[in-house]
Amino acid sequence: MSDYSSDENEITEYLLYRNRKEWKDVTPVKQDDGEEPVVSIDYSEAYEDCYDYFRAVLKNKEISERALELTRSASRFNPANYTVWQYRREILKGLDKDLHEELDVIQEIILKQSKNYQVWHHRKVLIEWLKDPSKEKYLTEKVLAKDAKNYHAWQHRQWVIKTFNLYEGELEYIDTLLSDDIRNNSAWNQRYFVINNTTGFTEEVLSREIDYTLFNIKAVTENESAWNYLRGLLLHDKGGLSKNEKVTEFCEELYKSGNRSPFLLAVLVDMCYEQVNEAGGDSVYTLERAKQLCNDLATKYDTIRAKYWQYMLDTIEKKSKEGNGAESTSH
Amino acid sequence: MEKKLKLRGILDVRKSKFRTESYPTKSSEEQIDVEEIVLKKYEDLHIKLKINPYLPEFHREQHTRFLLESLVYLSTAYEGLDASRPWLCYWILHPLSLLGVRVHDSQKRNVLKFLSKCQSPDGGFGGGPGQLPHLAATYAAVNALVIIGTEEAYNVIDRKKLQDFLFRVRQWDGSFAMHVGGEVDIRGAYCALSVASLTGILIPELYKGTAEWIVSCQSYEGGFSGCPGMEAHGGYAFCGLSALVILQKGHLIDHQALLRWLVQRQMKLEGGFQGRTNKLVDGCYSFWQGGAFPLLYTLLAREHNIPRGHLFDERALQEYLLICCQSPAGGLLDKPGKARDIFHTCYTISGLSVAQHFINDLHILGPSENEIACTHPLYNIRPDAVRRALLYFNDLGVPRREGNNVSNT
Repeated sequence: MSDYSSDENEITEYLLYRNRKEWKDVTPVKQDDGEEPVVSIDYSEAYEDCYDYFRAVLKNKEISERALELTRSASRFNPANYTVWQYRREILKGLDKDLHEELDVIQEIILKQSKNYQVWHHRKVLIEWLKDPSKEKYLTEKVLAKDAKNYHAWQHRQWVIKTFNLYEGELEYIDTLLSDDIRNNSAWNQRYFVINNTTGFTEEVLSREIDYTLFNIKAVTENESAWNYLRGLLLHDKGGLSKNEKVTEFCEELYKSGNRSPFLLAVLVDMCYEQVNEAGGDSVYTLERAKQLCNDLATKYDTIRAKYWQYMLDTIEKKSKEGNGAESTSH
Repeated sequence: MEKKLKLRGILDVRKSKFRTESYPTKSSEEQIDVEEIVLKKYEDLHIKLKINPYLPEFHREQHTRFLLESLVYLSTAYEGLDASRPWLCYWILHPLSLLGVRVHDSQKRNVLKFLSKCQSPDGGFGGGPGQLPHLAATYAAVNALVIIGTEEAYNVIDRKKLQDFLFRVRQWDGSFAMHVGGEVDIRGAYCALSVASLTGILIPELYKGTAEWIVSCQSYEGGFSGCPGMEAHGGYAFCGLSALVILQKGHLIDHQALLRWLVQRQMKLEGGFQGRTNKLVDGCYSFWQGGAFPLLYTLLAREHNIPRGHLFDERALQEYLLICCQSPAGGLLDKPGKARDIFHTCYTISGLSVAQHFINDLHILGPSENEIACTHPLYNIRPDAVRRALLYFNDLGVPRREGNNVSNT
């Protein structure tokens, strides 16, 4: 779990802290686990040695170059130790260190330990201090090139974009990710994030995005990410889910062509739910249709969710009996 | 009422394969690889079933042994969790309690003594002795102490200072940082509200704006994200929903959308849950996603729309857990091919518990010996332990706060 062993050169040259002359004046502090410890970890010798000295400097709140170096070792042994990082930040400030150097240090760790809360947070604090986001998009792109759904990388990227208004070029970047993998849900989510924080879902944008999404659904009709995005778009349509002609026409065509993507059927069910709720007159989205669709989903096309489809049908039936949309759901 | 569940037919499972529609991408290729190994597990089981009708069995003894051993000793591989040691206690004690294993009194005392070493003099618990207090470690420590459930265990918690700590990590908008100077996300809100409500120190000043902040984390997909704008995610969805239920603010969210998102996270072929759309199954989401259902039922009940049974397929989930997630040597895991660990052991067993229990009904797959205790979905602790703790702490009254101590950093 530490990245230490990966660096063979350093391992051969590694000297325990207790054998380093510059640490001779410090008395190491053992971990106080009590007399009958539980969940005892079988630390390696080097781990324990490093943390014995870490505890010693932490106790005295020593702000020094050697303490800074020690936190680097301690963070290598366990990059998830938030106490180490927090203390390291205090030292960086106390010594008035060049934070650009620290950016390089943390970048190297992030590239190895990219699924770790602490390293990304450290990066974020540095960027807040420096007020310089110029390297962040590149860094997150490097991480996302290896794992296009890395949650921490996306979160950092969103924060940087939002804080420093760096939306430009983001839709193009998303396009490249989606053309690599149209099922990358993180990229779809980012698309929503960008539009929501820039143009907003105006009529024009909505129309453009619906075209884009329907085009992609047509290519892969069982891609849930695209269907969910479509639903997200229609949250901004005044008519709701069931009154956008482009969408309803597309769905009806797809259905008529014999496609039985469970996500298509699911959208049709929700269109029925909406219309039944609003007691929508001559609409094609009726209780009868919902019955048919829910049954098909439960027995043929989406059997793992049979109980949900039965529940949906019961819910729609109940709404229908209540009648006239007197009690509409608030969503 | 007990109901025996039957395995899905293997033909039906085979029919549930992911369809690429001649459009393979990285996501679909990874999915197909996982389905292949999972299907192999199911095929094998259906063959073994012919000679052993008791399958699939839950390896209670092996898991118990693995957990009890881990309580004493963890290999060097756990160094990376050296700042999460209260978690290690909770991840061990909780599944043991669901298995009905009585941990020896002396061992319980050792745990509470250890946790008291992790408590910061300024309130809250750290990831180990001498570490800074952290909300996640605090959550785990409080849960572990509540599971131990003795007065001595309860009294470890310095409630006044715990409350001070919670105010120190509270942000101006009602969100919470994981530690002073640490990252802010929805885990913070859940951990803070969970420990505050369990120990009877929850006061309105602590959660001003919190419900609204959490609601802003509900994504267009219906699930919750770690912070506003991010992708809906199983772990965060559980945190968001639980926190809102603690605050009795569940009605503020779109629960139809949440329900839709949640049911879609159950994988057709595998039967387990994924954490996000188009990602892979992982045993731990059996609880993060599965555990959200009982909470959601309470919201649906408010609309007189209470379901008559689970709204996910509890049979398929139990199949995945029993057939794909058990390590023969004890302990459970993410998916076949991965190593066992106590985190996955805790949340797979918690998920199994959720799948088996619906209100007072029992739905057991395999022999009736597979039954385990039920869990309180808000805290993921046995309900009897939650009740005892609430009674004890509520009796103590809410600690008084000095007016000048409110932090808004």
